[in-house]
Amino acid sequence: MSETIVIAEINNGKVADVTAELVSAVVAYGGRPTIIVPCVDSSIADGAGFAGAGRVIACKDSMFASYDAAGWAKALDVVTPAGTIFVAASPRSKDLAARIAARRNLPVVQDVVAIDGSKLTSPVYSGKAMQTVSVSADVVVSVRANIFAAAASAPADVSVIDQSGDVLTAVEEFLARASERLDVAEANIIISGGRGMASPENFSHLERIADILGAAVGASRAAVDTWDEIPHRMQVGQTGKTVNPNLYIAVGISGAIQHLAGMRSSKYIVAINKDADAPIFQYADYGIVATWQETLPILEKSLSAMMS
Amino acid sequence: MSKIRFINGFPVACPSLCGDGEQMVEIVVLVKRVPDTNARIVVDDGKVDLSMVKWVMSPYDEFAIEAALKHREATGGKVTALTLGSGDCDKILKDAKAIGVDELVRVWDDSWAEQDSNSLQTVLCEVILELGAQVVYCGKAAADTGAGSTCPGVAERLGWASISNITDIAFENGIKVTCPLEGGSAKVGIPMPAVISCDKGVFKVRKPNVKGIMMAKRAQVEVRSASAPAATVSIISHSLPPQKPKGKKYDSADSAGEVARLLRDEANVI
Repeated sequence: MSETIVIAEINNGKVADVTAELVSAVVAYGGRPTIIVPCVDSSIADGAGFAGAGRVIACKDSMFASYDAAGWAKALDVVTPAGTIFVAASPRSKDLAARIAARRNLPVVQDVVAIDGSKLTSPVYSGKAMQTVSVSADVVVSVRANIFAAAASAPADVSVIDQSGDVLTAVEEFLARASERLDVAEANIIISGGRGMASPENFSHLERIADILGAAVGASRAAVDTWDEIPHRMQVGQTGKTVNPNLYIAVGISGAIQHLAGMRSSKYIVAINKDADAPIFQYADYGIVATWQETLPILEKSLSAMMS
Repeated sequence: MSKIRFINGFPVACPSLCGDGEQMVEIVVLVKRVPDTNARIVVDDGKVDLSMVKWVMSPYDEFAIEAALKHREATGGKVTALTLGSGDCDKILKDAKAIGVDELVRVWDDSWAEQDSNSLQTVLCEVILELGAQVVYCGKAAADTGAGSTCPGVAERLGWASISNITDIAFENGIKVTCPLEGGSAKVGIPMPAVISCDKGVFKVRKPNVKGIMMAKRAQVEVRSASAPAATVSIISHSLPPQKPKGKKYDSADSAGEVARLLRDEANVI
């Protein structure tokens, strides 16, 4: 078997937790990965040692402060040995995976949720079916978060390589999000509202609970289409964002097939809906048949007491 | 000084982006035929059975067409819709024609049994170069695979710039896009040649008018071939997603406190 490589996921200049899950994914693939850490400051690579993994290579350049697809792919290609490469299935790393695969004339398999030797399984048709492929040569693989157990930390044997690439795009203006709240694509907990929220102002009830939990606020397509105040970037579902957080709380969402497609792989699902027959309840780990007006204040009070 | 030209009846200002005003920008938009996103997906004997589904253009590709048409309106040029697939795919090309693209190209070879991303992108790149494209637009991901590999993959093979998941685009002193960036979003300048993938963002897909529909009916699809490397990733089976064990269902709002406790003590997610 050829070599295996994990390209560490970087968030806010740190090695993100999902990197430890990637190591477990490679172990399931039958490998002992070399870890590549794209970084501006190579000291972050000290946090990239894991049980079951091999050496750590910090690929260092000021260019890694901001994502540029071409630049990152070129630099990382130089320092990454030949073999099968694993990255996290975040929007940025999926993009990078496709770039590096193309650079090496390899295929890429995205959004993997199960690994059995050289068989890789990913959701297709937005999670309405699972597709298993077999791999007969080197490949680049992106792996979804919250699927594989995290490998334990271990001391890292780090070597640092200064390697730049050709940056082709130029960030001209950064537009910070108005609030501190996370985007649904980044969050581990999401609370979403549907048309059952009755008005966009009522999303403030969801925001209060989101603030307690450090959650993102999402919305169904029906809510986004109905109210201009609810932007498309909040939309979870087939034509919005596909998410798989640890916890997804659906409020006033009936569970249309296209919404389910975007969130059904969440680890735990809570549904709050006054209609006992709403399809969302078939997917809920915890379902509450009641109006949100009655339920959310009680939920908010309980969570607030538990989290303080 | 910009002069006004007319392309397909649209008045077109021609600023610096198209140089002396005579040079046509060759714009390609990639489109894909996929099952309707509302279709129920059936798995039979370990394979998806798509014989009953309605087929449509992948929704994000409509936003890519809109971005491509905006580009043409801003600078002049020609928009070619390109798809990879058998004759069944002509319908979505004609749908693209009805809302304003100029040329329709389909690349296909009956010998292509199965393609992985490597063979698929190789084929697309060959045709994109043959068409003399300077900019390629596509949807952020196809609704069937959801992979989103085509934009960055095609760009890397061509040695072009790329930017994924844009939500807005402007043409002032070059191409300026808005795209998500860690912690918010950014306005990013991108040089041509480039591949740009489009999210829904602010794009409003235009509706076909009568003239467009008539033109689409008469439109010819040019069929090309290309050389594809053998796939090294092959589909072996499909299955339905695993059913979750039946959850707990409560019929009163008062249970919210109990649910909060279970989220902490049983699920360990908060």
